[in-house]
Amino acid sequence: MAENIGELSRRGILRLSALAGAGLAVGACDVGGSGKGDGGGQGTGEGKITALFMKQAGYSEDDINAMTAEFQKAYPKITVEPSFVAYEALHDKIVAAAPAGTFDVVLIDVIWPAEFGSKRIVTDVSDQFPASWKTGMLGGALSTASYHNRYYGVPWILDTKYLFYNTDMLARAGVDPASLSTWDGVLAAARALKDKNVVELPLVWSWKQAEALVCDYTQLVGAFGGKFLSDDGKSVAFNSGGGLRALEFMKQTLDAKLSNPNSMESLEEDVRKIFSDGQAAMALNWTYMFNAANDPQQSKIAGKVGVATTPAGTSGGPGVNGSMALSVSSGSKNQKAAWTYVSYMTSAGVQNKYAKSSLPCWSTSYDDSQVVAALPQVVPVAKKQLASLIERPQVPRYNEISLILQAELQNALLGKKTPQKALDDAAGAGRSLLS
Amino acid sequence: MTAAQTSRPAPVSAGRGAHPPASRRPRARRVKLGQVRLALLLLLPAAVVVFGVVLYPAGRALVISFYAVDSPFPGTYPFVGLRNYTEVLADRRLWTAVEHTFYFTAVSTALELVLGLGLAKLLAAPLRMRWLFRAVVVLPWALPTIVNGAMWRWILNAQYGVANALLTTLHLQDGYRSWLGTDPFLALNMVVVADVWKNTSLVAFFLLAGLQTIPQDLYEAARVDGAGPIRSFFRITVPLLLPSIALVLVLRTIEAFKVFDIVYVMTGGGPASGTQTVTFFTYLQAFSAQRFSVGAALAYLTVLTILALALLYLRLLRQAELSAP
Repeated sequence: MAENIGELSRRGILRLSALAGAGLAVGACDVGGSGKGDGGGQGTGEGKITALFMKQAGYSEDDINAMTAEFQKAYPKITVEPSFVAYEALHDKIVAAAPAGTFDVVLIDVIWPAEFGSKRIVTDVSDQFPASWKTGMLGGALSTASYHNRYYGVPWILDTKYLFYNTDMLARAGVDPASLSTWDGVLAAARALKDKNVVELPLVWSWKQAEALVCDYTQLVGAFGGKFLSDDGKSVAFNSGGGLRALEFMKQTLDAKLSNPNSMESLEEDVRKIFSDGQAAMALNWTYMFNAANDPQQSKIAGKVGVATTPAGTSGGPGVNGSMALSVSSGSKNQKAAWTYVSYMTSAGVQNKYAKSSLPCWSTSYDDSQVVAALPQVVPVAKKQLASLIERPQVPRYNEISLILQAELQNALLGKKTPQKALDDAAGAGRSLLS
Repeated sequence: MTAAQTSRPAPVSAGRGAHPPASRRPRARRVKLGQVRLALLLLLPAAVVVFGVVLYPAGRALVISFYAVDSPFPGTYPFVGLRNYTEVLADRRLWTAVEHTFYFTAVSTALELVLGLGLAKLLAAPLRMRWLFRAVVVLPWALPTIVNGAMWRWILNAQYGVANALLTTLHLQDGYRSWLGTDPFLALNMVVVADVWKNTSLVAFFLLAGLQTIPQDLYEAARVDGAGPIRSFFRITVPLLLPSIALVLVLRTIEAFKVFDIVYVMTGGGPASGTQTVTFFTYLQAFSAQRFSVGAALAYLTVLTILALALLYLRLLRQAELSAP
């Protein structure tokens, strides 16, 4: 009986390998698989299309469903089926669904046109992109969808991180909101808030090992005059000067217990919850937090929310460009209908109507009474901030570089490495990925 | 020994049943042949499915691992031989992930086995409402891993989590602390806790099935001979349960080694990559970095490791059988 076990395993393995060999033989016919190209097509411009959105920041699920319903009323021959995933799953979902052409329209982040464009995951829409859009949209929005002067989508969410503060807490600590215009001022305010026992941990950030961490870091890199890449774009530059100073600043706020240590496991939504719960006085976040933190149904601090441009460091205060665009996927068999949908969703009329969740990409919108009335406190700040944005590197292998950077930033923030060592290691690993 | 032999699940016979015993009479042989044909015909749909969803993709992945495929689309990609393997084996991030995986596998499997054995004994005990206990115990295992991961993430949330509230109220800790964010090793252990909570019940049910095949008279005889409960546990229960233990060990080790979903939901591999396991690293390489070939190479390295583990277990089990009293 005991012999049987050995026999079984050996026999089983032999059989398995024979079958695997057969599978391999068929698999080996063509490494790229059967068929050529991406299998997409223009289609009739009618029928059903599917669209992939994210469930986070920007327009809410309800907004998007409402926009889509209005679209279907205007274009009764097209039906749209929207799907939603968390931002953290969006990139991988687009990649995995690409060969099957599961989605006709996909929402892409500002950091992906280089990758998705060069790998033909989304279509090049430069020829359909009217000249009037190029002049009518704000510069920060336009760069969202372009790579090497080609357009791979239409800007839809124009966003950057603002500084939000709890006006009530600042008043109790006797801090003038105007002093928050610099990071030194923010630190001084945080110390005052802590010393006067207004709040134990005045600052909260989205520093989980995710893209959100790189967004906060980027904003600080800009404030301290740093750069991700050298001017020729051929080498990494974040491990010295402003890049290093930004990480040291982050670590310093943790060491001084001014930043909530739970920032290390927080995404933007966690920041919003902690801030809305009155457990933090100041936080960087996307535009949507203003509306959400002022909603009495999900916030304890409604009516006490202040918003300002991102504080300046030693060299101005650019906001991280966190815009997103709608693209037509190259696997779509109904690209014409998909383009109709994208054009509708990105039009000034639709964007102005839903400005409360996300500010429009069109420059004229900022003087539109509907938009100004939706967010009277935010629009003037946004006008100033959107003129000054900093980009994360636009290279095809950005996502890979970002994975390395996220891990190393956390190594420094958790004290496992010095900021210098962590950034040097990230630079060392990232250097070869730039080409 | 006899009890162990009869209690063994015997997958062997299933594999052999397909071969008809040789017969001397040609007519009988013809009938048998017809039966074989029918059997093959009936097996065909299953074979097609297995081939389509298991063997063909497995073969393709192996081929892809020798090329440099960097896009999800079909096309022509350069052949690079074993470079993907050598490159990824030289990557320090892989070895950190390997450490995490081995730690996770060893600790979670050991805990599940010990707790599962205790639980199985408890469930086998002649208690009133035994059916209720058994039904309750199976619940964690019935929960999808994704739900389990989300649940533990909320329990362990540093700001609002039940764990912090409970432990602080009971004065077992001074104040709220971070479970998943600031200490990579603690976070890894918390993932182990979540996994153990879910899978202990599976182990318990496997062992319960084994326990029920042990004849009661052995215990009675042992009691007559003056053996206490501890002695009879180690001299009767454990040896006779060995086949079940081995089976569940193989299953759980392989499952634990492939751990992905609970990590994805609970920590996303953080903090500071401290909970990144081999399969999570594979996923990141394949889909986030679009290095599909590297992902395929990693997947094959994982398969080889698991195969080695399974062989090791089978060998150990056989030795244990031979040396058993």
